[in-house]
Amino acid sequence: MRRLRHWGPGLLLLSPSLILLAVFVYGLIAWTIKVSVSDEHNARGSKGFVGLENYTSLFTSDINDRFVHSLKNLLIFTVVFMVGTMLLGLLWAFLLERGVKGEGFFRTIYLFPMAVSFIASGVVWRWLMNPGTGDDAGGINAIFAGLHLDFLQNTWWTNPDWGMAAMAVPAIWQLSGYVMALFLAGFRGIPQELREAAAVDGASTYRLYRNVIFPQLTPVALSALIIVGHMSMKMFDLIMSVSGAQWLTEVPAVYVWQALLTSDYSKAAAISIILLLLVAIVIVPYLVYTNRQERSTG
Amino acid sequence: MTTTSAPAPLSALPDAPLSARPVSPNTPRVVIGRIIKYALVLFFLLVVLMPAYVLIVTSFKSGSEIGVTGQWNLPTHWTTASWQKAWTALQPSFLRTFELAIPVAVISSVLGAANGFVLSRWRFPGADVVFTLILFGMFIPYQAVMIPLRDIVTTIGIQPGIPTLVFVHCIYGIPICTLIFRNYYATTVPEELVEAGRVDGAGLLRTFWSIILPISIPGFVVTIIWQFTSAWNDYLFAIFLSNTRNGPITIALNALAGAQSPDYAASMAGALITSLPTLVVYVLLGRWFIGGLMAGSVKS
Repeated sequence: MRRLRHWGPGLLLLSPSLILLAVFVYGLIAWTIKVSVSDEHNARGSKGFVGLENYTSLFTSDINDRFVHSLKNLLIFTVVFMVGTMLLGLLWAFLLERGVKGEGFFRTIYLFPMAVSFIASGVVWRWLMNPGTGDDAGGINAIFAGLHLDFLQNTWWTNPDWGMAAMAVPAIWQLSGYVMALFLAGFRGIPQELREAAAVDGASTYRLYRNVIFPQLTPVALSALIIVGHMSMKMFDLIMSVSGAQWLTEVPAVYVWQALLTSDYSKAAAISIILLLLVAIVIVPYLVYTNRQERSTG
Repeated sequence: MTTTSAPAPLSALPDAPLSARPVSPNTPRVVIGRIIKYALVLFFLLVVLMPAYVLIVTSFKSGSEIGVTGQWNLPTHWTTASWQKAWTALQPSFLRTFELAIPVAVISSVLGAANGFVLSRWRFPGADVVFTLILFGMFIPYQAVMIPLRDIVTTIGIQPGIPTLVFVHCIYGIPICTLIFRNYYATTVPEELVEAGRVDGAGLLRTFWSIILPISIPGFVVTIIWQFTSAWNDYLFAIFLSNTRNGPITIALNALAGAQSPDYAASMAGALITSLPTLVVYVLLGRWFIGGLMAGSVKS
């Protein structure tokens, strides 16, 4: 009774949110899992339980290996996107951290794409990544022609093999500033004494960064990788805006939408759950890890 | 949005202390290094701004100037015809999106403040597990809830379009708002203040209402900006739960720009119109916008 009086009011304040999340996150995930193991392949509804058939058939009997193809697209996109944002973000943070006049201005500009939706930026990136080359060159290809760098001209996301690497370019443009902000906060969090101690020891600038500063940034880099990585797996808006839903650029998140358009609920549910598992593999250990860290320090 | 070593949530990116800047003599090597540094930051500035240039320039061109030749040039005849066309197409959804983003920002912030306060100060048994379960909700791919979600909002009788979207954005915005407020309260509200309330016999609700809420304005600024921007820019929920007649501006813009042979000038004017509210927020309140990005620090 005393415990209830002690914790009761807090739980009361918390309970509306907890109930909503229990129903709308965990309850609906459970519901989606149920749909994914039934045979609801059209608007007529489900006849019954089919076990993991919807999952296995995605890998074995999907027409043209459509699902595997979407995973391959996602893999290319994710690798290019993660490497691109991490490198650019770190480079920008490093440059600004070295001391630049008007730092605040550069920071503001580098970060501004974060305020814009992928739907809006997709409009201009579709134009910039004009696949025409040679005499038809438009967008960035026209810039390459103007700079006499014609060999750089390419067909961007319309390339059947590596198009997804081009699709990552707008995403890199949009999120490098965010990674920069994370790294800048990381740089600022390094105690001044560490730098001074290294200076007293006569460390060169190179050794200062190599042995003192970069190791301190590891936790920030890990956070950035995980956040960017999980965003990449969910990428939907950008692809819908730049190319629309189509075979060449299909990723699982878009495939779900396409499956729903044909009322194949069970297939859409199975893909959604695979996507959820992919994200959970990355996010859950991270949440547990940060939670534990916090308890040990705080 | 999480980071493990961001400093206090709201002190977004202070300038480096002057003493941190290396003081170097002007040897040739240092001068060359400085030139390279400025060349790089300016180069990247141009790269980042390039899409903005294209958007603005193209939106003021007339139809006859939209071709492959001279794409990058300034318009020879500046015209606002495309802006008028885009505004006509987007205006109803533009206003609807305010009806979406403002309630979402306010409601999820209030819920987040309540949760954040409880989780930062009333550490009941299992609070850490509950907090982790709440946080997981902001990372899930929403496709994993979308199929039953469409049925359930119809079943419980929420009007389609904006009311439905307000409802779902409020729910799925709870995790990030809770996180921001929990870190805010954990770092900026002294334990003694809450203790003092407790000694005076104020219950948790009274303490929250009369002591905590009045000093929560900075937290509210961050979550309101964050949620406003997320709801404004959302496309995923919008495409699953609304259409061009009752949905927000991202749907309308994609309809305007996504046609087989789109009118690029009108599309770009439309993209600018769509981005204007969030860009204004970013320019005016950028410090707090970045605060939202960083405040995600799971660890405070």
